[in-house]
Amino acid sequence: MTKMQAKSGPFRDLLQNLTPTAIICLLILIGLILLAILAPWISPHMPTKILTNESYQLSSDTMLLGGDYLGRDMVSRLIYALRITLGVTFIVTVLAFFIGCLMGFLAAVLGGIWDTVLSRVVDALIALPAIMIALIVIGALGSSLPVLIVTLAIIDSTRVFRVARALAMNIVVSDFVEAARVRGEDLKWIMWHEIMPNALGPLAAEFGIRFTYAILFMSALGFLGLGIQPPHADLGLLIRENMQGLLFGSYAPLYPALLISLITISINIFVDWYLQQLDTALPNEF
Amino acid sequence: MSLSRIKLLVEKRILMDLSLIITRRIAIGVVTVLVVSLIVFAGTELLPGNVAQAILGPGATPEAIANINARLGLNQPAHIRYIHWFGNLLHGDMGTSLVSGREVSVLISERSSNTFLLAGVTAIVAVPLSIVLGLIASTKPNGLIDKSISAITLTLISIPDFLVAIILVSIFSVHFGWLPALSKIRPDSNFFELARMLVLPVTALSFTIIAHMTRMTRTAVLNELTSPAIEMAILKGVPKYRLLLVHALSNAIAPIINVIALNLAYLISGVVVIEMLFNLNGLGKLMVEAVTNRDIPLVQGCAMLFCAVYVLLNLFADTISIIANPRIRHPK
Repeated sequence: MTKMQAKSGPFRDLLQNLTPTAIICLLILIGLILLAILAPWISPHMPTKILTNESYQLSSDTMLLGGDYLGRDMVSRLIYALRITLGVTFIVTVLAFFIGCLMGFLAAVLGGIWDTVLSRVVDALIALPAIMIALIVIGALGSSLPVLIVTLAIIDSTRVFRVARALAMNIVVSDFVEAARVRGEDLKWIMWHEIMPNALGPLAAEFGIRFTYAILFMSALGFLGLGIQPPHADLGLLIRENMQGLLFGSYAPLYPALLISLITISINIFVDWYLQQLDTALPNEF
Repeated sequence: MSLSRIKLLVEKRILMDLSLIITRRIAIGVVTVLVVSLIVFAGTELLPGNVAQAILGPGATPEAIANINARLGLNQPAHIRYIHWFGNLLHGDMGTSLVSGREVSVLISERSSNTFLLAGVTAIVAVPLSIVLGLIASTKPNGLIDKSISAITLTLISIPDFLVAIILVSIFSVHFGWLPALSKIRPDSNFFELARMLVLPVTALSFTIIAHMTRMTRTAVLNELTSPAIEMAILKGVPKYRLLLVHALSNAIAPIINVIALNLAYLISGVVVIEMLFNLNGLGKLMVEAVTNRDIPLVQGCAMLFCAVYVLLNLFADTISIIANPRIRHPK
């Protein structure tokens, strides 16, 4: 029954249950995404242009949030850093989901030796702290955009693998997958048409969680000076660049840190709400 | 057979099981550390990055690169280099730093005490506090206290630790000037100086960890509170505090210990960021500097130490939760 209802208009059902907090979070996220996409048109100055010789200039008409340590406009720096952070982490998360879901579904559908090998490899990678893997790879290869994206995606995909595999394991044993197998459907069809639609709900929530994780992780690397390299900057690097300003009474490092928190808190609250919605549709476990 | 004799036999059986479990765990630990060493070695030496190129910079001639490769033994096949490297590692010889030319083991031992101090104090502060908070939250699920704890911890989880640190520094060091913004620990620092320097890093580090552990403790205890055994105790008329502290907590110990182990991951990545932020001379800062300079032997040494500590602590937690949970101890 619930399946039928969900098919009649899942999005309408979801939208009707939006709570005020969820709406605020959604609006903040949409606003920030628009800001990132429209950065070249919105930002008042070029992010790399030095406007004054004074470090950490206070806010003025030309520089709304003041200047950074080189006298560049903080607002423009923030908007462009937001663009880089959101863009890179989005690519990372999509890539991680592609690898993780593909491998997780394969492990669940094929089972046997495939499952064992894939699970053991993931176990080995998860047995190490993520930041250590990133530091080892960046230490060996140096920091560049492709290295960052691939490393973060692979680290994230191990977590996606576990979720995808667990979800698929529950679906693989159901009758309709058995029916599809008997019908002679191939692997691709089973994964794409039988498992994917049924795992989509929880996977969407997992996407949000992974996305915040990627943002925090990339910001930490940026803060350590091992992420995006100057003169471009992500939000983490902006904090690092302007840390000294704190001692001169400038709030320059606080803005990027607040921006990161705004994104991650909004996503987390929204995902929390979304999971609650899923729970009402799913049988309660407790 | 008398009852006492049966009891004795059962106890003997449990002891044997335990020693078997612990030996098996130690064996798993050894294998995991081996795998970790393989990953660290493969990550740093087999990836296409060239150590000689990293040392000499972009303008290096092929002869100079070949020269360095021969000197560092890099022209030998990978498995021989690995055996050589791992053998030296077992003797405590981690090679020499490419940048400073000093022994990696000396550099690490100089810095490790500061990191262990930071991590240890954080654990001593955070673990009891979060267990107490988790218990308070689970006394009245969905009550006012529970809801506020849940909202605050969810916010703290989403915040990067550097935001907490920046806010703390701007309040307590810049605005009030009570505490130092930089933690330059020297060997001759006395206890009072040390404590003053550690307050801010430990607080910043504790926040995120406490948030995670509190949430998970609450879930574990609440999970336990719905079990038939607890229902029985409620019907028997056991008072609430006893229910929570004796019946629920003792069964929730295993998941809680797992939670603590899981949080060691946050502690390790947190230590790296916080040490950089407060300029605290520890292993995390050493490793980031090594990565920035692409000082491969130093990166390997630090990574091995961090990973080995992490793996061993996880294993320790695993073992304790198995000992605490008879259902895992006797899989049927």
